[in-house]
Amino acid sequence: MSTPKAMQQSFALRFSSGAFLAFWCILAAFPIFWIAVMSFKSPVDAFAASPLDVIFGPATRANGDGLSVPDIIIGLIVLFFAIRWAFTRLPGLVRRYCPPGYLVLGWVFGAVLYAVAFILIFFGLLPLVLGVLNSILGPLGTPVLGLTTEHYVAVWGENEFYRNFLNSMLVTAGVVTISLTVGTLAGYGLARSGSDLAFWLLILALVFRALPHSVLVAGYLPVFINSSEILRPIFGEGAPTLYGQPWAVIAVLVSINQPFTIWMLRSFFQNIPAELDEAARVDGCSHFQAFRRVIMPVMWPGVITTGLFSFLLGYNDFLVTSLLLDAQNQTMVPAIAGYFNRETTTTDQVEAVAAAVSITAPLFLLVMVFQRQIVSGLTAGAVKG
Amino acid sequence: MKFKTFAAFVGPSVFMMLLFIAAPLVSVFIQSFQVTQPVLEQVEVETCTPGFLTQTCTTEIKTVPVLGEDGKTITETRWVGLESYRNVLQMDKFWEAVGNGSWNDIMQIDFWRALRFTLSFTLLTLPLVIGVGLAIALAVNNAARTIRGPVIFVSLLPFIITPVIGSLSIYWLFVGDGILTAMMERWTGTNISMFAQAWTIELLMYFYRVWHVAPFAFVIFYAGLQTVNMDTLESAVIDGASRWERLRHVIVPHLMPLIVFIALIHLMDCYRVFEEIVGFRSQAHVISLQWLTYDFMTPDDAGNRAISRASASAMLTMIGIVFLLVLPLRRTWRDHKGSAH
Repeated sequence: MSTPKAMQQSFALRFSSGAFLAFWCILAAFPIFWIAVMSFKSPVDAFAASPLDVIFGPATRANGDGLSVPDIIIGLIVLFFAIRWAFTRLPGLVRRYCPPGYLVLGWVFGAVLYAVAFILIFFGLLPLVLGVLNSILGPLGTPVLGLTTEHYVAVWGENEFYRNFLNSMLVTAGVVTISLTVGTLAGYGLARSGSDLAFWLLILALVFRALPHSVLVAGYLPVFINSSEILRPIFGEGAPTLYGQPWAVIAVLVSINQPFTIWMLRSFFQNIPAELDEAARVDGCSHFQAFRRVIMPVMWPGVITTGLFSFLLGYNDFLVTSLLLDAQNQTMVPAIAGYFNRETTTTDQVEAVAAAVSITAPLFLLVMVFQRQIVSGLTAGAVKG
Repeated sequence: MKFKTFAAFVGPSVFMMLLFIAAPLVSVFIQSFQVTQPVLEQVEVETCTPGFLTQTCTTEIKTVPVLGEDGKTITETRWVGLESYRNVLQMDKFWEAVGNGSWNDIMQIDFWRALRFTLSFTLLTLPLVIGVGLAIALAVNNAARTIRGPVIFVSLLPFIITPVIGSLSIYWLFVGDGILTAMMERWTGTNISMFAQAWTIELLMYFYRVWHVAPFAFVIFYAGLQTVNMDTLESAVIDGASRWERLRHVIVPHLMPLIVFIALIHLMDCYRVFEEIVGFRSQAHVISLQWLTYDFMTPDDAGNRAISRASASAMLTMIGIVFLLVLPLRRTWRDHKGSAH
């Protein structure tokens, strides 16, 4: 496709727009990249004043932790193929071995299996092989790039960050599942009903979305703390205290998320022609059967996108989880605030950095896999208004 | 669709929203007029210390909380009218400060300090987010097709990252001898500490918020740019419109609904500014309305939560967002009326 001459851009314009884009990309990626680098260095290097010291980590190398040139080359090769196979081989394998109808479950299973295999090979097998290789190579095998994983070991092992990780997973999985179940039903109902009631519900949802979460939590907190006394007349002596319970937090987060979910799913359902379910109804389906058998199978893109945003809400939340969960049930994001109080030495600080990078890593993977869905989801929600 | 089927589909969602959003609102409203305190009683206590020949005894009157049968303190809830609001707003101090004409005295009061920051944060970042988002969208639209994917990937990162972690990552670049502070010190030759005074923290917060939200604006504007009518654009070229005029008279009007959408979402989200304060640990210098409520709700050293004050500040926060949203919501209502007929 050739552009007409008048529409073509001058060199100066193209250059400046390219330069701006490059500047933006550096700005966007730099803070995240930098804390990732810091998390692998000994405290002296991580907080060194010279950027080169932070990157190459002389103090870390002096401790005997580091990568040699073969380490880096082979590591990058393995990484490259791991990513490539994730996008080429893995989808094929999932499609071949997955029983029809369980595609989502198959993907989850495949992804987890792949991740475990990757961790075993990359962090278990590779260091062993490279250790032998480096000792054979002699001078070539001496480390040039300081790198240590001790902070991650400290965070995940000694500080039991995996408990927070499991809590996070529990809360997020709950939020995503319930949000989508309740939300698809409501989104479909709202999209197919042109009544004024539907419109008012949507406006109400918009107002609810605007509410600061602290306003709502101020309402929950006394009720949740005293809930066993309040619920005793109904449930008897075994009445639960809602405060500190992950499932209570799930219910709260789902509700907070509902306004957004129903707006988004509604705009997706509106894109599906109403003739489709009308045809199903003519063939004798009830409204609910039409929804389940005809509409849901074509709705997966919308459901996945909305699920991603529900995931982000549940995963990223600080305010609700920090106020409504007690110390044992804390999720990752509020747990990292606990590091602030302990931050007396620089080692603690670097451990906090490592914890922060650990929280970010799943999000990084998420964007990598679902980039297209996120973009199309945001735009489908917005362009339709 | 019949009302009954509609209700069956929408029911669960509406039920959850009523139970977990509307009901807490009502209870917050009620709580803001109540105070719950332990019931206290005054008891005469005689303490005797062994002395020579006789004991020395002193009687004093102590105030102690009344314990119930289960050994817990009994609490009572009283209606206090507007007292909690008075405690939060501190109007007497406020008017005194206004009388003195002293801005600093007003900023000594937490609520007004929080309100000032929340509003300037919301309103100052709004044009920046829209401007930067539009600029990135135009630049990506100009770029070659092959680099668009990676650029979108990198751009999405600030948007998707956990807000607390995002602000922390910027905090670590500037804290103490952080790498960027060290760099600025080398350039200027002076000793810089970014987190010792309010205005530098605030500047970093503005920067963080624009960094975090601009990608969202970018993605939406980028999608809008794909639907610009090429014929209109070409006729504008034939009429001799320069690139700038095309942007102003064709592209921006086309994107107007999206700009309103972004502004609406941004107003809502920015008004709840909170995570920056946790990430930058700025509570000594800069606080927001939502943080004020959070602070009332976190247990103090004695383990008490100031629920009634939290409720009062929550209600005040809510009144603020209603004011901010009146205009955009009226527009939505007019659009609905217009499209219905």
